[in-house]
Amino acid sequence: MASRASGAYLRTSVSPDLPPPARVGGPVAWVRENLFGGVLSSVLTVLSALFLVWVTPDLIRWLFIDAVWSAPDGEACRAPGAGACWAYVRAKISFFAYGSYPRDLLWRVDLTLLLGALLAAWLLWPGARRKGLGLLLFLVAYPILAYNLLHGMADSLRAVLRGLADVSGSAALADVAQNALPVVGTNLWGGIFVSLLVATVGIVVSLPLGVLLALGRQSSAPVLRMVCVVLIEVVRGVPLITVLFMANTMLPLFVPEQWSPDRLMRPLIGVAIFASVYMAEVVRGGLQAVPKGQFEGAMALGLTWRHRMALIVMPQALTTVIPGIVNSFIALFKDTTLVAIVGIFDFLRAVDTQRLDPEWAGPSISATGYVFAAAFYFVFCFAMSRYSLMMERRLARGHAK
Amino acid sequence: MKITRTALLASVAAAILTAATSAASAQAQVARTLEQVKSRGFISCGSNPGLAGFGMPDDKGTWAGLDVDLCRAVSAAIFNDPNKVKFIPLTAKDRFTALQTGEIDVLARNGTWTQSREAELGLLWTGINYYDGQGFMVRKKLNVSSALELSGASICVQQGTTTELNLADYFRSNNMKYEVVAFATSNEAVKAYDSGRCDAYTTDASGLYAERLKLVNADEHVVLPEVISKEPLGPSVRQGDDQWFNIVKWAHYAMLNAEELGVTKANLDEKLKSPNPEVRRLLGAEGDFGKALGLTPDWAYRIVQHVGNYGESFNRNVGEGSRLKIKRGLNNLWNKGGLQFAPPVR
Repeated sequence: MASRASGAYLRTSVSPDLPPPARVGGPVAWVRENLFGGVLSSVLTVLSALFLVWVTPDLIRWLFIDAVWSAPDGEACRAPGAGACWAYVRAKISFFAYGSYPRDLLWRVDLTLLLGALLAAWLLWPGARRKGLGLLLFLVAYPILAYNLLHGMADSLRAVLRGLADVSGSAALADVAQNALPVVGTNLWGGIFVSLLVATVGIVVSLPLGVLLALGRQSSAPVLRMVCVVLIEVVRGVPLITVLFMANTMLPLFVPEQWSPDRLMRPLIGVAIFASVYMAEVVRGGLQAVPKGQFEGAMALGLTWRHRMALIVMPQALTTVIPGIVNSFIALFKDTTLVAIVGIFDFLRAVDTQRLDPEWAGPSISATGYVFAAAFYFVFCFAMSRYSLMMERRLARGHAK
Repeated sequence: MKITRTALLASVAAAILTAATSAASAQAQVARTLEQVKSRGFISCGSNPGLAGFGMPDDKGTWAGLDVDLCRAVSAAIFNDPNKVKFIPLTAKDRFTALQTGEIDVLARNGTWTQSREAELGLLWTGINYYDGQGFMVRKKLNVSSALELSGASICVQQGTTTELNLADYFRSNNMKYEVVAFATSNEAVKAYDSGRCDAYTTDASGLYAERLKLVNADEHVVLPEVISKEPLGPSVRQGDDQWFNIVKWAHYAMLNAEELGVTKANLDEKLKSPNPEVRRLLGAEGDFGKALGLTPDWAYRIVQHVGNYGESFNRNVGEGSRLKIKRGLNNLWNKGGLQFAPPVR
């Protein structure tokens, strides 16, 4: 053994792998394959590069180098050669974010948004525990809390507190019942917070309602099926703008003033119904993709209809259509800008209005405002799409290719 | 058989519609607006969601503008507080519905007073707080001082509006040639004018001043004095409540009378001691002229105290005190060459 081990011609370990030839690996190969793969590809690469070289320096100069970062009014932004007027965005940011919401009560909006973000993070975080509790809080407790915080304490809650104050004889409690959380009318709401509100209501309502409508459409009960089909086809057959106009221009003509819903509530309901019927069709697509054998297998196990749907069919159907669902959400988020046409100051409308302010009006103001708005919408939509991609990968592990 | 059923359905639908609308309007008429406003604690004022100088929220969300001041004046007269106003931003499409259905008490949203709007929509204009009309903006270096010198000019205009029609009428009736360059939106038209695509840009005069601010060098452009169409802008109310109509109307007249009599926010208390009987009647030092309106004797005093007179409001919002720098022109008082005239308080 010893003599063989000392044999100089024997290797004691496996020889290391040689790197692949430069032609198939490394950056040079990557460039050759992806950027100069053929004549067409090469031409496009060169053209794109030229385009970037042509556009980028000017864009960067306008956006950053020549930009006015802080100024008391629009004077500096109107100077010749000035770029984007970020000072204007800074001056108007509170209007962009909150609309006309009373400035001393902004904590109510902040608190609502913070709680919403925390709850959403709980629900969306893949490893979080007790999601059932989170969902219950988000769907039941949170909307009630948000209403009381944003709009003001509900009369019923005031009455309860007043009753408690009478029983306990506490003056402090009576004061709270009387004065805490004064009402802030929705005519003062606006900005990013209204955009998020409309989108959140649309998203939160549309998913469960869409599932129900999709199931209803496939139901064997003819009346139920007819109702769902008619609702889906009618609402899907008209543009959202029409729904909003009907809600804000026609509805008040038919309903006495005191019964007609709040001006913000009307588009909220319209958007929620509109999003739901689109969601219903997306979910129906998912249901159709579940093989019949899954239904039959579930039936053979003796599961009830509810269990069949909740445990076997829906998880598969919804996983299949995640891209479609998120697509609807992203579209809905951007559609929230349409509420502007019925006189609601959503984020885009707030930007659009403030660029007319005579103090600031100037050649670069509109562009700055719109770039800011575009960046905001992009960040939100891109985040949504990335999240959905991640969820897709996690959930699709079962049938990964 | 089928026809009868359709007809029946249609008539039922029509009956429901009429019943609903007549119920809504009847209910709106029976209620007295002033009492409703007082018990509610604020007035609902329909406003433009954003028109520089006339009505828009500032960065803190406080509404300001010439139209906004009128609502504040009504609020000051009733509540002695200019902030008891709920501003409801309305688009051009739903503004009249909101007034007809009682959602708002007064519409102060740069609405043009026309015959058909009063006769067909069941509204009343309480007055004209801004005489507007279509005008022209040109570059100073063209050395043009009158629109009549614009023969042969190319003119940027927004497509499909009455603006385009007025333009054609004006040039035809003055036997002048012109080249129209039309754009889908006013933004594009202004951009084109700014880049030198046309010699002149035309829209309503108040709009010209606001658009001018967006130009690269605002000082190089001038608005010509001619006004080629009538656009009387003013607040409107529902028909059927004369008391409320009078209150809104006289809120505007009080501001005009105050300006005419030289009463301003600053010298208000001094003027209260003035021997001039007209001033004394206006400010409530003599007589009780608010009572018949359902207001207090010092109603006009409150308006000037909280909002100022018409001249002050004009100057602050659209005139020299603002960046719009609109000249008084037709909106000057009648005794200073303008059209603003208020009946006396007596």
